[in-house]
Amino acid sequence: MSSNRETAADYSQTAGKKQILLQTHNLSLLTGERELLSNITLTVSAGEIVTVIGPNGAGKTTLLRVLLGLIPLNKGSIFKKPKLKIGYLPQKVSVDPILPLSVSRIMKLTGNYSSLQIKTALEETGVASLRDKPVFQLSGGEFQRVMLARALLRSPELLVLDEPVQGVDYMGESELYKLIANLRTSHGCGVLMVSHDLHVVMASTDRVLCLNQHICCEGQPEDVSRHPEYLRLFGLDSGSALAVYSHNHDHTHHISGTLQENRE
Amino acid sequence: MILDDFFWRAVIAGIGVAMVAGPLGCFVVWRRMSYLGDTMAHSALLGVALGFFLEVNLMLGVFAVALVVALLLFFFQRQKQLANDAVLGTLSHASLAMGVLMISLMVWVRIDLMAYLFGDILAVSLVDLYWIYGGGFLILLTLLLLWRPLLAITFDHELAQAEGVPVVKVELLFMLLIAAVIALSMKIIGILLVTSLLIIPVSAARRFSRTPEQMALGGSLIGMASVGLGLGASLQIDTPSGPSIVIAAVMFFFAANLLPNKK
Repeated sequence: MSSNRETAADYSQTAGKKQILLQTHNLSLLTGERELLSNITLTVSAGEIVTVIGPNGAGKTTLLRVLLGLIPLNKGSIFKKPKLKIGYLPQKVSVDPILPLSVSRIMKLTGNYSSLQIKTALEETGVASLRDKPVFQLSGGEFQRVMLARALLRSPELLVLDEPVQGVDYMGESELYKLIANLRTSHGCGVLMVSHDLHVVMASTDRVLCLNQHICCEGQPEDVSRHPEYLRLFGLDSGSALAVYSHNHDHTHHISGTLQENRE
Repeated sequence: MILDDFFWRAVIAGIGVAMVAGPLGCFVVWRRMSYLGDTMAHSALLGVALGFFLEVNLMLGVFAVALVVALLLFFFQRQKQLANDAVLGTLSHASLAMGVLMISLMVWVRIDLMAYLFGDILAVSLVDLYWIYGGGFLILLTLLLLWRPLLAITFDHELAQAEGVPVVKVELLFMLLIAAVIALSMKIIGILLVTSLLIIPVSAARRFSRTPEQMALGGSLIGMASVGLGLGASLQIDTPSGPSIVIAAVMFFFAANLLPNKK
């Protein structure tokens, strides 16, 4: 737990030898005259975390949707490992209070899982206590953890996460990214996610793609954060935000908000 | 025989319709489709007119027109040029206007417009009962098969699609079911009030439901009770059947939502 940084690096070293889960070659998407995605070439391998960052309207969500096969592509190709099992976390899921769904119920909306499997998955993401709670009463962080557990039930080889820390407070954000990095290690799955903030996600990602219709720059998080294209897109200030993040926390918050000592 | 009595025919018809409206109405409410239901229901008058014109069973006419409207909506929604409620409003009024025009042009048939708009306790024939129970059985059976995929789509459209639910197929079938239930309940509740039986009883049942299935069952039961109460009042004080049933359902709705919280 103490040094996620290192585990991320360890993984990226072995990632080269790992199996390719998903690969695109010059993928493009046009609607009318507008080019939403242009010549995207990317690879996600087993055990690797790839993060897509980019400004609003850069096509991040669109890219994920194309990769998932929800939108047909116009040009280029997508290779997926045969029978690739994908766990998906869409960007905005909002549950209306009018719909009486409990957490355990949404776990088995499209698959049959035993209550033991559901309990195990919820334990892995730290929300086993919420099993019988109505979904609409969950906080942003709780909900995303439930959705992650739900994705785990499919024993995914690839997790596709669209803004997984959405609606989560700042402290919760880095906790959630740590959890994702740990899940990658324990399940050996690849992770492709979209994030709005490079600096929070930095510690738990192996590779970063900076997207603005096309891939502006890509590489290790530190390199991308100093890349001129990245600085142009996100402004020069964003470089200094790194200092804010790299301090050490002497305590963490449990998901309920209570303090807990770090067990190093 | 009990079926010879117009009142009991109406009650049995109403109970059959309410039973089907519960589970189907849940999805209308969960998916915020009540305005869509309204639009399809308003098209029913055109269906009635067509039924008279072609001399076919009126339910068949209503079903066909509601289905066409549903399909038009479905494809308008996909192209995303116009806002959803603008399309709904246009289709709703267009079909209502066409229905009234067509009925007024067919001078050779005498139609009691009030009876179709607000329901008529005298209108239910024995043949209607066969339609309601036969059709209702088919609707419930189809809904049972669609239950899980529909629930997944209601929770999240894209997630369901990514997890292999045939979204377009399921949604089209669901539209077909709504068109069918509108056709079946039109005579009892009336064209203008048809969707109330889909929406009000399940909204009353929400308070007492912890699962989707409880809400569906609760909606059916409250709907049936509303039909019983409403038609009883309709017989006693000689009011149109549709509004009487709706008022009974609304009473359940307020009673359920005004009850103090247990916790």
